[in-house]
Amino acid sequence: MNQARDRILQRLRQRQVTSAAMPTDPGVLLRDWDQAECVKRFTHQLTTNHADVFKVQQLELESTLVKILTERQAKTVLLGRNHPFKDLLPALERQNIRPMLYQDAVEQWQDTMFNDCDAAITTTLGAIAETGSLILWPTADEPRLMSLVPPLHIAIVSQSTLKATFAQVIAEPPWQGRMPTNALLISGPSKTADIEQTLVYGAHGPSELVVVLIEDQ
Amino acid sequence: MSHSNSAIRFNPAAKEALGNTQLRSNFRSAMDGLMSKRLNAFQGWDLEALRDLGAAIRHNALRQLPDLLEQLETQCQQNGIEVHWAEDGDDACRIITDICQQRKARQVIKGKSMVTEEMELNHYLEQAGITALESDLGEYIVQLAEETPSHIIMPAIHKNTEEISELMHRKTGTDRRPDARYLTHSARQQLRQKFQQADVGISGVNFAIAETGTLCLVENEGNGRLTTTAPPCHIAVTGIEKVIPSLNELPALLALLPRSATGQAITTYVNMISRPRQSDELDGPEAVHLVLVDNGRSEIYQDEERADTLRCIRCGACMNHCPVYTRVGGHAYGTTYPGPIGKILMPQLLGLDQTPDFPSASTLCGACGEVCPVRIPIPDLLVRLRSDKVDGNSLTRNPTRGHGAGKAGLENTVWRLWSWMNRQPAFYRIMIAMAGRLRVLSPRRLGGWTRFRTAPRPAPKTLHQLMKQRPRTGQRP
Repeated sequence: MNQARDRILQRLRQRQVTSAAMPTDPGVLLRDWDQAECVKRFTHQLTTNHADVFKVQQLELESTLVKILTERQAKTVLLGRNHPFKDLLPALERQNIRPMLYQDAVEQWQDTMFNDCDAAITTTLGAIAETGSLILWPTADEPRLMSLVPPLHIAIVSQSTLKATFAQVIAEPPWQGRMPTNALLISGPSKTADIEQTLVYGAHGPSELVVVLIEDQ
Repeated sequence: MSHSNSAIRFNPAAKEALGNTQLRSNFRSAMDGLMSKRLNAFQGWDLEALRDLGAAIRHNALRQLPDLLEQLETQCQQNGIEVHWAEDGDDACRIITDICQQRKARQVIKGKSMVTEEMELNHYLEQAGITALESDLGEYIVQLAEETPSHIIMPAIHKNTEEISELMHRKTGTDRRPDARYLTHSARQQLRQKFQQADVGISGVNFAIAETGTLCLVENEGNGRLTTTAPPCHIAVTGIEKVIPSLNELPALLALLPRSATGQAITTYVNMISRPRQSDELDGPEAVHLVLVDNGRSEIYQDEERADTLRCIRCGACMNHCPVYTRVGGHAYGTTYPGPIGKILMPQLLGLDQTPDFPSASTLCGACGEVCPVRIPIPDLLVRLRSDKVDGNSLTRNPTRGHGAGKAGLENTVWRLWSWMNRQPAFYRIMIAMAGRLRVLSPRRLGGWTRFRTAPRPAPKTLHQLMKQRPRTGQRP
């Protein structure tokens, strides 16, 4: 299809561009909110979008996670193969919640993931206050489907990684370097309003999103 | 006027739609809701400055379009994404079918993509024995009903819950329960297996980033993410105009698109894909293809004024605010893109001879131009196309497809006579003198014009006569 390529590009290059480039001032996108303001807006925006937000100290993380899972009657929870929640496992066992580790390629256990995983816990790369968005750069340790297939997604956010706007986020590394296979912004549980504009949560992704915001020491 | 028989006639379809009270109330309530949601979503923003930025980003990207496309191609290839170029819809369908057949694919799952609607991809795949299933809820409903989308963002907006409940009951055996929650969750169950079984996932692209070779998709349902993650092969299809230089241009467009479309600050998911699954990764497609579709866009691009049409980011705000669209709905247009953007885009893609009613299916109220997040001068382009419709001959070059289609017949003869008369001074004077004297004979009824206005009548004296009779106040030099 190289002929098609050459013909398309040739047609595009025929045009004599006479108009000038227009100025692009990104100032309208930037916000100078301090951290308290960022936390307030982040929480408000996420709650508006039907997500639950828990603000906890680092020490309370494991107990909060167990509480979230038990309250929502999760029987199984999906964790990354090198997950950082080592202390969580005994507590889960006490509550009869079975941890499942994402350690094999999806093809080998797709059915189980789609049908038997009640919840998944992932970390985040950061978060955006203005839109209430989580930033995920999935890796082999936390693959893409974790935040998508189980009906409950629990995401851990460190308050120190919270920034005001997406424009301010991408101005810094790692965004100005090599992009990952898949980068994601997640701003609530999956939803649709395709039937007569009636908002329904749990379209094809998780029906619940719970964000655990770890306050700075 | 002479138009080919295949021409799409908006006027009769609009008349019919206007008589459908159910359809009118479905659209009216939806559009009213979307307008107020949009307004709320931009509160606290300097909207005009943001629209300036959006317009500038799209304008500047189009200025360097061929270079950006080459950069995108190179970068995608370096990332392991295979890039294909299609001159028209058939080309693109063939490329996509070939990829599917090479993978021996039988089932394809699709995310929402207007460009694949443009080329009727599902039909093409079906003929090759490949089942294509739409996974966006609205598209799924429209596919069950064997219809086409009536809105580019909300494809099934023309149906109410009762109608959808009845449709799903008939086609999928769900209970007759006009409850959006129940129906949505039923569709989720029906599609869950399909996502796992699909051999190929086909999606659109909202923005293609040249510098990093990244495909950006926005959506709320998660069906787009499943389509681009679960099957072993992902084919992304996009019009060639959707490319932007770098990640730096993305935040402004992301700020504008969902707010303009549905009044959301952001969609639930913003999905940025830069490469297929790497050897150490545990999920994602092993193969990613990008199909760049021209299908008439490079022709529009030739004309700098008309090229503004290509700035479009497909938010649908122009539809939501259009008094014509709100009253007749999307199907009356009979084309892939309805509403104001459809009225300027479709004549340029299909030809003015194929869409003769489109440029005048507007009151020129200007609402579309006022809300467009990238400041496409839609009303100006409608006027331009009205003139193109009756313009262009062997002497004046006019690159618009089907230009001059409205020029045939009586109107054309009258104008030819008029231009001839104006070149014969003696004859001209006789005719003008006669027009003044015989003014009482001029017709009192002139078709649609005199339904609401009085008929124009030649003045008793010509301007020349009046000027001659005017007392001179000053001295000539």
